[in-house]
Amino acid sequence: MPLEVNGKSYETDEEGYLANINEWEPGLADAMAEADGTSLGDNHWEVINFLREYYEEYQIAPAVRVLTKAIGKKLGKDKGNSKYLYELFPYGPAKQACKYAGLPKPTGCV
Amino acid sequence: MSEEGIVKKLMYVNRKAPYGTIYALESLEVVLIGAAFDQQVSLAFVDDGVYQLTRSQNTDGIGMKNFSPTYAALGDYDVRHIYVERESLEARGLTVEDLMPLTYEDEDDDWAEKESLRVVDSSELATLMGEQDVVLSF
Repeated sequence: MPLEVNGKSYETDEEGYLANINEWEPGLADAMAEADGTSLGDNHWEVINFLREYYEEYQIAPAVRVLTKAIGKKLGKDKGNSKYLYELFPYGPAKQACKYAGLPKPTGCV
Repeated sequence: MSEEGIVKKLMYVNRKAPYGTIYALESLEVVLIGAAFDQQVSLAFVDDGVYQLTRSQNTDGIGMKNFSPTYAALGDYDVRHIYVERESLEARGLTVEDLMPLTYEDEDDDWAEKESLRVVDSSELATLMGEQDVVLSF
């Protein structure tokens, strides 16, 4: 189902992941969050931006274990743990944050 | 997987050029998925498989995604042993300088960056294969 944001239409797959990563813009993340009944704060954006940088460098979305470890290293131990990340992204930090970031579903996520 | 789960030694052997067949990409994806299971994983690159690790790959002309940057993420997935067969490199006129640098960060050593890639000759590789519980060939 296409996602309509600011008068533009974006193609997504059946689970709501953006079809073309290059079409992503921050407004899409807000729109996806709103559709999930939530809104994004600075803490969410730290993770979303981190994921986009990771993808840019390695061409993959990291597995949740890798994400947790890397966030801990970059943003501090109080953020590099499952509890913190699951509170931000209750549908699963890798899956939900990757969706908002316009990335494909992480390899190995079922 | 529980702490007391059995840790097996797994080696993924990559023998084919990166593009043209799906083997290289499939192998890499299996490694990344399998890395979630706390096994002791190593990768070996032999024959045309050594081309998978060459620097500056460009796939513009063949319409396939260049997945070579992903090998640099293997360190994040705790893959710390990447062996490249010396004879295969030499037969193709390649040296270790033609390959991407691959490293991991050692958590127990203040996150020091360490080399994961090692060039080994075929007899040493044979010994390493013999030490594995499972060898998966791609």
